[in-house]
Amino acid sequence: MMTSFLFRAMDARAGIFLAIMAAAIVLVPAGNLLVPEGSPFHVPTYAVTLMGKYLTYALLALAVDLVWGFCGILSLGHAAFFALGGYAMGMYLMRQIGTRGVYGDPILPDFMVFLNWPELPWYWYGFDMFWFAALMVVLVPGVLAFVFGWFAFRSRVTGVYLSIITQALTYALLLAFFRNDMGFGGNNGLTDFKDILGFDIQADSTRAGLFAASGIALVFCYVICRAVTRSKLGKVLVAVRDAESRTRFLGYRVEHYKLFVWTLSAMMAGVAGALYVPQVGIINPGEFAPANSIEVVIWVAVGGRGTLVGAVLGAVLVNFAKTWFTAALPDIWLFALGGLFVVVTLFLPKGIVGTFSQGWTALRQRKASADYEAGSDEPPSSPPHAPSATARDAEPQPAE
Amino acid sequence: MTRATSLLYLDGVSVSFDGFKALNELSLTIAPGEMRAIIGPNGAGKTTMMDVITGKTRPDSGDVFFNGAVDLTGEDEASIAELGIGRKFQKPTVFESHTVWDNLELALKAPRGPFATLFHTITGAEKTRIEDLLDLIRLNDKRDELAANLSHGQKQWLEIGMLLAQDPKLLLVDEPAAGMTDAETAETAELLKDIANDHSVVVVEHDMVFVRSLGVKVTVLHEGSVLAEGSLDHVSADERVVEVYLGR
Ligand SMILES: Nc1ncnc2c1ncn2[C@@H]1O[C@H](COP(=O)(O)OP(=O)(O)O)[C@@H](O)[C@H]1O
Ligand SMILES: [Mg+2]
Repeated sequence: MMTSFLFRAMDARAGIFLAIMAAAIVLVPAGNLLVPEGSPFHVPTYAVTLMGKYLTYALLALAVDLVWGFCGILSLGHAAFFALGGYAMGMYLMRQIGTRGVYGDPILPDFMVFLNWPELPWYWYGFDMFWFAALMVVLVPGVLAFVFGWFAFRSRVTGVYLSIITQALTYALLLAFFRNDMGFGGNNGLTDFKDILGFDIQADSTRAGLFAASGIALVFCYVICRAVTRSKLGKVLVAVRDAESRTRFLGYRVEHYKLFVWTLSAMMAGVAGALYVPQVGIINPGEFAPANSIEVVIWVAVGGRGTLVGAVLGAVLVNFAKTWFTAALPDIWLFALGGLFVVVTLFLPKGIVGTFSQGWTALRQRKASADYEAGSDEPPSSPPHAPSATARDAEPQPAE
Repeated sequence: MTRATSLLYLDGVSVSFDGFKALNELSLTIAPGEMRAIIGPNGAGKTTMMDVITGKTRPDSGDVFFNGAVDLTGEDEASIAELGIGRKFQKPTVFESHTVWDNLELALKAPRGPFATLFHTITGAEKTRIEDLLDLIRLNDKRDELAANLSHGQKQWLEIGMLLAQDPKLLLVDEPAAGMTDAETAETAELLKDIANDHSVVVVEHDMVFVRSLGVKVTVLHEGSVLAEGSLDHVSADERVVEVYLGR
């Protein structure tokens, strides 16, 4: 059962993606650790960390594509799940500091000593153990998403209203985490990390390891997303996206499907956040900013909604551009991002990957029918009058 | 007929939208195995009646029972579908970005939970069933086509195929011949008569030629309640029916 489930995940596009990822996971750390510094093939540590950060963004984008691209749930609050995963990891990293903090307290993080807290709050217990923190990385976003989704989907909140309440969710968390008495470092968040699993967090080898871990997590989640979206459940998700009430009349309990995919997606976002924090060295309430979640949606739209690899590509490309812009022309980045979104919406509604694969299909069909007409005995693989038809073509159409 | 022996039993059902009574004390009984045609002018409440039966609209008052015992007013769309009531919409609604085959596969009677579908692998029996349906609705050569690319009439047929795939006890078919050519309409009537051999069917239709070719008992709705009931010739002879409907 499990093998056939995973086997479904594979096709040519998935193969290319996995090959590229495998190469990156091996070559980037090798280029940093094994190639001497003077060589043109040396990958500097800052670049390893930067690319590692892009991979965690890519994983976040993948999670958004799963719910938005396949089930039509436009989440404008996924940064909340990302940040919660990040905080769970940050708490572990804080507790690893031990007596090396400014105040040298063996248990309490510096900010708690500073606030004169006598002891560790109960919800910080267990975070000195990696396995516990790792569990919380998926459990906390997962449980929050489950509870939120339970109420939202059962009450049949959809479309713009759902998007708005996801924004409200992340905004509420932003305000909560800003407060010092929440016990998460307030405004400053969690930072000054020393080591992770006993490895110096600044060391090149740790950086390379974190990059590889981000790559592996991305591959793992991608395979899960593929297997899910290509299963019969995935077909139900697309049915819900395109004609929700029709799906209900077929006997599918739409809210259960949404809840499943929503919770799964939130857990993936949590993993992304947990890998992000040790690489950037800080987590603060700014990660809950509503604009962050909106940015993720732009990445997915640019890369191609409902294509999975498009989400990854969009996240990497847009963030690469962001890095470049904020260094070269810091003032115009937001305009560039807004402009990009407008251009993509108007001219590339299927995003980069969607447009590309549509063109590819049309080309192949044209060639096939040309061969057919030329008397080759290979018939066209599918009818030639369907060039614009991809799985993402149809407008969402509500049942009457 | 009593409630206990009926397949579908509506008694005194009323629905109002902003004070306007779309259904007004509607009572109607369908026997097991029966095929019934429902006619009536636009706005008579035919679609609203189907909405009430399938759980889309809650009645303000009245009873709706299925199989003599199940109170449908307490169930939602998914559980009513699972009980064995399938519906074809007035405006054909198929899953446009799925292929014809996938539309049928999604409709096919099978466990409906997320975990069942996540690990589902299509069985040989299911494939055979889909093949049979494809032949029946004459879309065999379109099996890999996206439903979006079908003609209007083909979408109607696909939706009928999806209805059959669910293997419901009762089929509610809303204006199946709308937008069809005369030839297609005649074929659709034949198809529905075939289906009625082993299913109970309620068909809403405007086309009198179509209704006549079904040759079944007819219920005339008007302003949300039953105006007349009987054979087509019987109701056509009814003066009130002629006045509100046929004579227009
Ligand atoms: N959701 C709704 N809100 C308001 N009015 C409605 C709604 N649904 C139906 N109606 C009204 O109820 C009446 C019956 O409609 P309907 O059942 O669609 O008629 P029919 O299918 O017989 O043509 C119409 O006047 C229609 O405008
Ligand atoms: Mg109607």
